[in-house]
Amino acid sequence: MKVNLLINNEWRAFHVEAGEYLADTLRRNDFLSVRRGCDTTSCGVCTVLLDGKPVPSCSILTVAVDNHEVTTIEGIQKEADKLSDHFGREGADQCGFCNPALALTVYAMKKELKNPSDQEIREYLVGNLCRCTGYIGQEKAIRSYLEDLS
Amino acid sequence: MKAVNTITPSVDGKGLMMGRKGYTDDYAEKNSLIIKIMRSPHPFARIKLIDTKRARQLAGVELVLTYRDFPRVPFTRAGQGYPEPSPHDKFVLDEYVRYVGDEVCAVAAISEEICEEALRLVEVEYEVLEPLLDFETALDNSQIIHPEPEIHEMFPTGFAPKRNQAAAYRMEVGDVETALKGCDVAIKETFYTQAQAHMMLEPHTANARIDYQNRLVIYSSTQTPFHIRRIISQALGIPLAKIRVIKPRVGGGFGGKQALHGEMFVSYVTYKTGKPSKIVFSRKEVFESTYSRHPMRITMRMGATKTGMIKAIDCHILSDTGAYGEHALTVFMVAGSKVLPLYNKVAAVRFGGEVVYTNHTPAGAFRGYGAIQGNFALESAIDILAEKLGMDPILLREMNMMREGETSPIFAIMGEGTEGTAMIMDTCKLDYCLKRGKELIGWERKYPRYDETREKVKAVGMAIAMQGSGIPYIDMGAATIKLNDDGCYNLMVGATEIGQGSDTILTQIAAEELQTTVAKVIVYSSDTDLTPFDTGAYASSTTFVSGNAVLNTARKLKQAMIVEAARILGTEETKIGFDGDMFRDSLSHKEISLKDLSNQITYSHEQKQLSVTASYVGHKSPPPFMAGFVDLEIDKETFEIKILDYVSVVDCGTTINPKLAQGQVEGAIVQGLGMTLFEEVKYTAKGKLVSSDMLNYMVPTRVDINNLTTEFANSYEESGPFGAKSVGEIGIDTPPAAVGNAIHNALGIRMTALPFTPERIYRQMLIKERVEK
Repeated sequence: MKVNLLINNEWRAFHVEAGEYLADTLRRNDFLSVRRGCDTTSCGVCTVLLDGKPVPSCSILTVAVDNHEVTTIEGIQKEADKLSDHFGREGADQCGFCNPALALTVYAMKKELKNPSDQEIREYLVGNLCRCTGYIGQEKAIRSYLEDLS
Repeated sequence: MKAVNTITPSVDGKGLMMGRKGYTDDYAEKNSLIIKIMRSPHPFARIKLIDTKRARQLAGVELVLTYRDFPRVPFTRAGQGYPEPSPHDKFVLDEYVRYVGDEVCAVAAISEEICEEALRLVEVEYEVLEPLLDFETALDNSQIIHPEPEIHEMFPTGFAPKRNQAAAYRMEVGDVETALKGCDVAIKETFYTQAQAHMMLEPHTANARIDYQNRLVIYSSTQTPFHIRRIISQALGIPLAKIRVIKPRVGGGFGGKQALHGEMFVSYVTYKTGKPSKIVFSRKEVFESTYSRHPMRITMRMGATKTGMIKAIDCHILSDTGAYGEHALTVFMVAGSKVLPLYNKVAAVRFGGEVVYTNHTPAGAFRGYGAIQGNFALESAIDILAEKLGMDPILLREMNMMREGETSPIFAIMGEGTEGTAMIMDTCKLDYCLKRGKELIGWERKYPRYDETREKVKAVGMAIAMQGSGIPYIDMGAATIKLNDDGCYNLMVGATEIGQGSDTILTQIAAEELQTTVAKVIVYSSDTDLTPFDTGAYASSTTFVSGNAVLNTARKLKQAMIVEAARILGTEETKIGFDGDMFRDSLSHKEISLKDLSNQITYSHEQKQLSVTASYVGHKSPPPFMAGFVDLEIDKETFEIKILDYVSVVDCGTTINPKLAQGQVEGAIVQGLGMTLFEEVKYTAKGKLVSSDMLNYMVPTRVDINNLTTEFANSYEESGPFGAKSVGEIGIDTPPAAVGNAIHNALGIRMTALPFTPERIYRQMLIKERVEK
């Protein structure tokens, strides 16, 4: 089946199987920043933005998003660059496997929530698991990114 | 110090967040054969019949492998140095399957769908055997898990498979029974620790291809690329020279990727077919068929004078290694050797026990490596003893604990499977860690409990811990540094970056010694063709062992550059000073910049490549120490625990990168809190894993952690690179005992079995109420 996606601001056509998940379509087409971690929609490393909202691409059928907009980290490079400066200062990046997905979710949160509290940030990002950092360093980095108006 | 002990962003964080290609599966060939494993549905069975004919005939299937395809060569997947302390008790595939998830057969096919179809066509008839699932009944049970004659140990480790004993050990300093009899106060308690899953976010994966020199090239998400090369060579009979193992970026390990999991299969399939292949573990396979932490039963006896001098400690452990003896002896020994020396003023100390086989998922290396289990028992026992003595538990610790300049006889006696190494604690700031931790948590104000209402109670608890910095005389690291034509450097290390920040801190160490910046040192880690050897990322070895290797290398390169500068300037080496940019003769004031020197020796003036390789093997393993304090709230109706704050004050010598060191401690604290509060590998009564996905195996999320307070003691370890000790594991050790002690301070009950679920706490409360009535 042919599916058209507006991916990172570029219309592209993909030939997919009916039961194929978006994460697999993307990886197969070299969007390698999209990863699988759990197979049960629990870990968040497959997150992409679908029409601007974070979704788990491991459990969305590609055919179901025909003619929609998909954003991977390649679509928000400037924001990822900036966020990573804050992560670097806090030493908050460890293995990095989950980081593109986390950055996409942080970016969506920044657009969606105005002046979020610490608790709101935690709850928004709760689906992005991290086994490395213990979260607190990440939170400091995210907070300082949100406050960075440069 | 300019490059070390300063806040430096990791060298790879930006690229990884921006989504650059880097992980193992990103490098799999597009036309890879997909490998899928058929896994045993039974905890213990013999394969009576396996018919692969229909599967082999399926279009798109390349190979169907059973135990008949492999030579009868036992090996261990443990991923340790050689000779391994783990028994050689595993075959790539075997006629027997020993746990639910054990490998029955493997299929290589052109797609995942065809693999699955082929696996459905394989007919297997099992002789189902009675499984052994209770580790407390395993020893000398009539059901023997490893009856096969070929398996063996590499050196004496207490390996007695006919008894279901994978390893055993005992040692005694002084006379424990006599010392205990002479004590005014003695306690005895038995503790249970559960299996924990590593749950790194990148699942285990490996891929292989044959390159244009007809060599086998494997990418693997591993902590031990050099061990993988050796073990594949030994187990599959492929010459070592024919194998290249590349470790690209690894998405977390925690010990779970020290061992080999998919590497044997991709190697065999690609070597046999000449075609590229790959295996990516499903999350279920990661849970069911890789490793978890060794569950243990730990019995602690301890005695003291009425003034609080601890005179005797007796520790007996029964450890469950599951179906294979991977890390069986060494994890169990570390539960003593990196725990018991904390109280070094005893007259007598005894440690012993057995590691037994069961039909559970094998246990293996996991951050803490026995120390978290042992620490839970020891540091809970200290609080029990303090209560019986009517003493403040921190005072009891201060009176008896290890101090700077002291030692313990245990260091010389207990190593990792072998004798140990005597050493003095040249750095031990435990006294400061305790004092500072007390201030940060508000101990005086909060101990034992505070803010109690009808519904809730808050309390504090604490524990101290030690770990190690590599394994002396065993762990070796090496580095190569090469000078480039504009004065920047390549640093090639065998040390294995797995997300812990080793590439960054090793770059900082090189930059410090070469008096340059991190930006001018280009690091590349772990490729058996291109980098020198390193044992790998385990045993808290990287900062201390690999860091010292990098320091040695940088020193030698600096000397080699000075020789060249002296030659070009026509002066003597001893007169040359180097500040990172300029070489200057102190007498003649003649000078040449590094940039000019490197350009000249590359292009125009007695040209040569300056490149130095050096290595390091530790002759001691200076322990990092810490004090951990928890502040928590318990709901008195639901017995849910909320962690309000966890204070860690750590002595790891110099922090090469303070923020990354903090990340190591905090990540480990949260992993330890997960094990303390709810993480648990669970099986059905018939031995099938229940916690086989992330819905049934919970790890801490963002909302579970309110605050972490982490500080480092001012400490400088002379034997470490720029004063550093290692810091990868120490953080995980204290949470079980600290939280257990806090629960006791809150509710007056003693938790002796992990994890401390509300159900378990409630059960203890019911027992307490019954006793009080």
